Amino acid sequence: MYDTLLFLHVLSAFALMITVVVFSAFALGAASNGRILTVSNALWAVGGLGTLGFGIWLAIYVKGYAISDGWIIAAIVLWVVANAFGGKAQVGFSDKADERARAQAALMHWLRSLAVLALLVVMIYKPGA
Amino acid sequence: MLILIIRPDAWNFPLLLHVLGAMLMVGALVLAGSALLVAWRDGSATMLRLGYRSLLLGVVPSWFLMRAGAEWIASKEHLENSNASWVGIGFSTADGGALFIIIATVLAGFAMRRAAKREGASGLGRASAVLIGVLVVGYVVAIWAMTTKPV
Repeated sequence: MYDTLLFLHVLSAFALMITVVVFSAFALGAASNGRILTVSNALWAVGGLGTLGFGIWLAIYVKGYAISDGWIIAAIVLWVVANAFGGKAQVGFSDKADERARAQAALMHWLRSLAVLALLVVMIYKPGA
Repeated sequence: MLILIIRPDAWNFPLLLHVLGAMLMVGALVLAGSALLVAWRDGSATMLRLGYRSLLLGVVPSWFLMRAGAEWIASKEHLENSNASWVGIGFSTADGGALFIIIATVLAGFAMRRAAKREGASGLGRASAVLIGVLVVGYVVAIWAMTTKPV
């Protein structure tokens, strides 16, 4: 059970990072494509739900961890921050977006990327665990 | 169930590099594969270029980061000569994957050049996309092995 939960949690985190990489390419000037954006946004949604859901399940399942642990609360806060920035980043790379919207979306995307990186660091180092 | 995973602090940074490299590599692979699939369908030279550049500038450097991190964390955990299945799966997908990555990158590069000259490059781009699909499946298996650690 623990192995399966951890696998699904980590696989979800990979889905989040796929979106970060795809949007990074577009933010760096690569030609965007509607279908790739759609798949990428879907992966962000699935990955977001998976990391949070399986992460909380793990925190409950594993004795020695608790939802109230500082590093788990920090991870949840970073997850919320990443999703807030991510939501704003998604709209700016569509075909209909103008230059200003695209620049704003790029900024939101880089802030999301920082939050995701910080999330990964918290997951690896587990400060206070 | 009593499980509390605690590892020495000295293992954290190599593990971070390994996981970050793996995540960036899979992300760039999916981007490259998606772009090449779009090119497969549309014949878009722009998407062929995106696929090639994702492989060259995204997948290749992140493969090195992932592999260097793997070697570092393996030495910290004294796993270099381990016979554990998950270690074997990890090293074989990483090293075997490198060959696939090189071939896929070369194929995508030729496809991009031929498309730029309007010589028709769909076969090369498609072959690269198929290789990337195989790689992604292989790396999902590797993620399973790294997290479940079958002996």
